[in-house]
Amino acid sequence: MPLRITENIHNWLFSVMPEGVASLVEMTLIAVVYLTIFAVAGLFLVLLERRVAAWFQLRIGPNRVGPQGLLQTMADAIKLLTKELTGTEKADKFLYNLAPYFVIISALMALAVIPFSAEFHAFDINIGIFFLIAISSIGVIGILLGGWSSNNKYALIGAMRSGVQTISYELSVGLSLLTMVVITGSLQLSEIIEVQKSGWLILQGHIPAAIAFMVFMISGTAETNRAPFDMVEAESELGAGFHTEYSGMKFAYFFLAEFINMFIISAIAATVFFGGWLSPFGITESIPELGVFWFLLKTMALVFLMMWFRWTFPRLRVDQLLTLEWKYLLPINLVNLVLMALLVWLNLTLRL
Amino acid sequence: MSYFSDIYKGIKTLLTGMSVTGKYFVTSRKGAITQQYPDNRDTLQMFERFRGEVIMPHTDDNEHRCTGCQKCEIACPNGTIEIIWDRGIDEATGKKKKKIDQFVYHLSMCTMCGLCIDVCPHDAIKWGQNFENSVYDRSTLTRVLNKPGSTLMQGVED
Repeated sequence: MPLRITENIHNWLFSVMPEGVASLVEMTLIAVVYLTIFAVAGLFLVLLERRVAAWFQLRIGPNRVGPQGLLQTMADAIKLLTKELTGTEKADKFLYNLAPYFVIISALMALAVIPFSAEFHAFDINIGIFFLIAISSIGVIGILLGGWSSNNKYALIGAMRSGVQTISYELSVGLSLLTMVVITGSLQLSEIIEVQKSGWLILQGHIPAAIAFMVFMISGTAETNRAPFDMVEAESELGAGFHTEYSGMKFAYFFLAEFINMFIISAIAATVFFGGWLSPFGITESIPELGVFWFLLKTMALVFLMMWFRWTFPRLRVDQLLTLEWKYLLPINLVNLVLMALLVWLNLTLRL
Repeated sequence: MSYFSDIYKGIKTLLTGMSVTGKYFVTSRKGAITQQYPDNRDTLQMFERFRGEVIMPHTDDNEHRCTGCQKCEIACPNGTIEIIWDRGIDEATGKKKKKIDQFVYHLSMCTMCGLCIDVCPHDAIKWGQNFENSVYDRSTLTRVLNKPGSTLMQGVED
């Protein structure tokens, strides 16, 4: 069905307009759809985080606005829209206003590459994984710009910590994904899912894949600047970190982008390790429409795992953070990569 | 070799921590400590040691245990308690005796330190559970704790 609808719109657009205009309109429509997903998913994830956090802390959480508090984050977003946009004196106005867009645009671009289902995949390039890693590094520029241009010492310290953290953990994210690429032999995300029709990669690659998954989840959590790696906005030390001076909707952009980044990291993990939109053991192979459901189920399970981390572990110190990356994750990752290469070379991977 | 045992210990302790919070997550529905206050106003029970306000319990015969010794007034660091006292004839012995006329309690000045309750030799005053103390006129926060016409309970001073 989804394919039919998009096909119909496509044909209709090309029948009423000249080709160049029609493709432009089509791109705009897709962008609007993805922006909607961005906003809705962001708001929903914020609500989920608050509910989950409440349950971890034996509280109830937001339950007043709408049934079970479902409209709480909508109300918050409307409140943020009506708030005044403040700024500091002597702030670099241009960069200060530019920074939130860097963050959300990089998150949106990463969202475009993610395969929600076999058909629901906006941009299936042959360097998908590489593109994702590259794009997720651009987000940190927004954070650095925001922190620096705010003309506030807390914001600056937060931004610099973010730089240190993201640059370090980028390596682990990249290497753990590279470990899986050794099995798939392709960087294209649709191809990676195709390979998993004979068993999810975490089963195919067994021990090294499990290690790669753990490393990916740890470094992914660090890359999204979430607790226990939230040095960037360590509330008890830095006020609100790099977005101390932002208010209203500009703050909301940072906030939404943080949650979308969490969604993206979980989506990558679900795609690369758990078969993306494939159903477990192919139980619903005959109904391809359920692909989105399976994909979201797996992603949400991993999002929950990240929330579980957040509400369990205490924040790391900067030196502990760097020790974890450079002395533990990176060497383990390198050894793991060699192990996986050996496994593939000796044909020891498990296939159904 | 401590490198590998460190990794093992690290992962093990992290999983222990996650299992603890996981248990709380699963059981949170039953053990939620949040009070949905205005909704459960009728059933809300404050905990035993809650310090809401100072009260003076009276029996059914309108008797209290305050002898008017003024120890609480002396103990109070910010003048919250004022005891207006009088001398009356004790019926049993026929002697002149001190008794309270009005036990004035200024809730607006009270910091809930509890020194008056600690110092009271006859347990005449106690902590009350009421916490809905907002009023439109602050003069209503000055209260007389002993009820009109109340008398000292027999045998408190023995």
